[in-house]
Amino acid sequence: MELELRGITKRFGALVANDAIDLVVREGEIHALLGENGAGKSTLMNVLYGLHAPDEGEILVDGRPVTFSSPGDAMDAGIGMVHQHFMLVPTFTATENIVLGSELVRGGGLLDRRRARQRVVETSERFGLAVPPDALVADLAVGVQQRVEIVKALLRQAQVLVLDEPTAVLTPAETDDLMRVMRELADAGTSIVFITHKLREVRAVADRITVIRRGRVVGEASPSSSSEELAALMVGRDVRLTVHKAPATPGDVVLDVEGIRVTDGAGTVLLDDVSLTVRAGEVLAVAGVDGNGQTELTRAVVGLQAVDAGRLSLSGEDVTGEGVAGLLARGVGYVPEDRLHDGLVGSFSIAENLVLDLSSSPEFSSGPALDRAAVARNAEARVAEFDIRTSSPQAAVSTLSGGNQQKVVLAREMSRPLKLLVVAQPTRGVDVGSQEFVHQRIVAERDRGAAVVLVSTELDEVRALADRIVVLYRGRIAGEVGPGATQEELGLLMAGARPSGAAAASATASTATDPERDSA
Amino acid sequence: MSAPTSPAAVPDAVVVHARVEPTAGLRRRVVTGLLLVAVGLVTVLGWGLGSGPGDATFRFGGGAAIRLPDLTVPGTATPVLLGAVVLALGAFQLVRGFRLRRTPVVVGVTLACFVVAFLAWAMSGRAGGSIDVVQLLQSTVFLATPLVLGALAGVLGERSGVVNVAIEGQMLTGAFAGALVATLAGSLGAGVVGAVLAGAAVGWLLAVFALRYQVNQVILGVVLNAAALGFTGWAYKALMQADTERFNSPGVLQPLPIPLLSDLPVVGPLLFSANVVVYLMYVLVVALQVVLFRTRWGLRTRAVGEHPKAAATVGIPVLRVRYVNVVVAGGMAGLAGAYLSIGTIGPFTENMSAGKGFIALAAVIFGRWSPKGAVAASLLFGFFAALQTLVGILPTPAAVPSSFLAMLPYLATILAVAGFVGRVRAPAASGEVYP
Repeated sequence: MELELRGITKRFGALVANDAIDLVVREGEIHALLGENGAGKSTLMNVLYGLHAPDEGEILVDGRPVTFSSPGDAMDAGIGMVHQHFMLVPTFTATENIVLGSELVRGGGLLDRRRARQRVVETSERFGLAVPPDALVADLAVGVQQRVEIVKALLRQAQVLVLDEPTAVLTPAETDDLMRVMRELADAGTSIVFITHKLREVRAVADRITVIRRGRVVGEASPSSSSEELAALMVGRDVRLTVHKAPATPGDVVLDVEGIRVTDGAGTVLLDDVSLTVRAGEVLAVAGVDGNGQTELTRAVVGLQAVDAGRLSLSGEDVTGEGVAGLLARGVGYVPEDRLHDGLVGSFSIAENLVLDLSSSPEFSSGPALDRAAVARNAEARVAEFDIRTSSPQAAVSTLSGGNQQKVVLAREMSRPLKLLVVAQPTRGVDVGSQEFVHQRIVAERDRGAAVVLVSTELDEVRALADRIVVLYRGRIAGEVGPGATQEELGLLMAGARPSGAAAASATASTATDPERDSA
Repeated sequence: MSAPTSPAAVPDAVVVHARVEPTAGLRRRVVTGLLLVAVGLVTVLGWGLGSGPGDATFRFGGGAAIRLPDLTVPGTATPVLLGAVVLALGAFQLVRGFRLRRTPVVVGVTLACFVVAFLAWAMSGRAGGSIDVVQLLQSTVFLATPLVLGALAGVLGERSGVVNVAIEGQMLTGAFAGALVATLAGSLGAGVVGAVLAGAAVGWLLAVFALRYQVNQVILGVVLNAAALGFTGWAYKALMQADTERFNSPGVLQPLPIPLLSDLPVVGPLLFSANVVVYLMYVLVVALQVVLFRTRWGLRTRAVGEHPKAAATVGIPVLRVRYVNVVVAGGMAGLAGAYLSIGTIGPFTENMSAGKGFIALAAVIFGRWSPKGAVAASLLFGFFAALQTLVGILPTPAAVPSSFLAMLPYLATILAVAGFVGRVRAPAASGEVYP
């Protein structure tokens, strides 16, 4: 079936999220929708899926105009969607999730579990998407949850399948597997809309590419375009995808983590026997698929998470169990993975957010009162230094774009002399333009002599910034490699496979000889 | 993207995390261990060594045609023995620790030992002290019925994602409407229907304000309770007290013994000689358990309560599902109200629900958001309440202050909610505004 979006415009107040977008998806093609975070891709797909009504424009299925007022209408028309944040009920089994909304019933509204299970097994076998039908979704690995989502759409006879940032949570091997599935589905006649900002994947799998920037279609590209060409089209100017940095000159050990273990309230082990050291003047990257203990590790290092066992020391002093305030005073900086939740107070002004943890220092206060003039002066200086794009330092921080919010966090953390900087997902939701800036500041902090722990799920970022890389897998360190490690080596570690001794040794050795090798 | 697709590179489908005893575990183990030892000591020293000279006789009558023989046990040795059992449990908990999932069993055994020991002590004041166990359980069921119905209302609401703090108000309105309608129509059946509709009406108010106007559900529930108390209190004085004959003399629902079943020993008088509201309760418990976990409607209700967005993306009308469930739940709480007035004493009196709606809410949590659990929790609370009335007439060796006993069910509630269910999760979207 052929799907056409014609002149779709969607406004939210003064913001034009989609501006007269035209898009044609032909039968059996993989059509990539490429654009930065906030470019309007998800809004467009929500319009297509009946979650938002368009202000102008129309949707045509096989040339006939249709209107969708709910996801149910879109599904009836053969459109299925796999959301970036999975729409699965964690306490239900895979089968229950798949049939939810189109359940098979016997008399009296009783669920027909046997037939439901059978249909799930049939569908998953037909499309080569292995799904354990009786397992609780909460117990499934993320990649498998995604398969559940896809089976859910296919069981509803989806002929157009929309995948919204499907690879964000996958290991490289799972990504390859997904691409195989996408290709097979397309060959069987299903049309696929592949929404992403990852250039490599677009080039690997797409038949056609439509690039969106600030709510408009800015061009079509072919999969044979280079990454640089695609990035320039996506961002609107030339971008440098590599980070230039000098070889690291590691100094004394700053952070020493010895065998820490973290459990949740129910006794589930989230971090198990994790040991690592970071020296002054080097970047240690912690790679891994989301949810393998990275959050707990960063929170433990900055004192937000109590450890059950093990020791943390900072410049040789034992700081296990020391509170956040104490660690901050010792020179620890923290850029949390979820800025708006942990890093900033959204309704506070930029100026206030810039002194959140300094408000009691003599510099910004006199007695119990805040020195507003000093706070304002500080804000002016930081806004200029970190190139924070805002109308006024007094504007609420929630009005800023993701990239500028991240700059506010960085500016605050770097306004103190740092011994250790812990950065989690520094460029998540940050536009490509600001990414360069964020990366440069992290490298600058390293060169100033701070020890840096970088937690990231983006392999390109890890390899570009790291001097050493450890990979977390289910709460344990799966292995350590140098920055020259290949995608395959990292992929194996991220999936929990231990590298052979020789491979690990050679990767470590390459650290010394070729620490700067980057890969974008 | 030329990556190896060796099987090792794909993680297992099902994530298995290692488990250890949680950090809170050690503290909890010691605290609960000491608590068990304390209960054991009270049992041995207080109920055992503090007992009087008499024996304790447990009878199993209750007016059934076929009777079981009486059971007479020594008044001192029994509590000492039972206390020793609790002490042993406490010692094991301190030294080795029971597994977390054994907690309900351990607490149940402890509670049973404590209560039986207490009863033996209470009867030992002089020779010939006896208790009719069936009567005790009968009044347990009697006192638990409104709690069960109220808790079912809570379970249904929370499973669909709406916290029903207004159970109390729905009960009270139901009790009022039941008495009023039954008197005006001259029919107790009409009274029951009126009570259900009145409860459903309060449920509908809750639904409209919580779902359409997105008022905070807990505050809304409290406000509705206050409104129900005020309205029924005013109407009681204005109508019922002014002309009791015309507005507040409904009569009482009579027991309907089920032939044959009601003649069985113990269970006959206990379960099969009750009035129509109790039989409706049996049906509702089974029906709700089946509906929630075996039907399309139940699957959708639980989906809406766990992850409303996911439900919406497969075309389930989230708000409509919630509306229906909250209104039906209100009807169940209204039925509980009917039991309080026309099911028990007949006429309505001011504030006759007296906090039972809140105890029902505690039973929802204690019962882990399932109909089965809610029934068990309600029975426990009902048993404590029944014990309180019984002890007043027993020859206890020492005086038992009745206010202290009145406190017990509430104390049990706090302990139960704090200690028992820490691990269990409420429906994830319960109380959350949607969309």
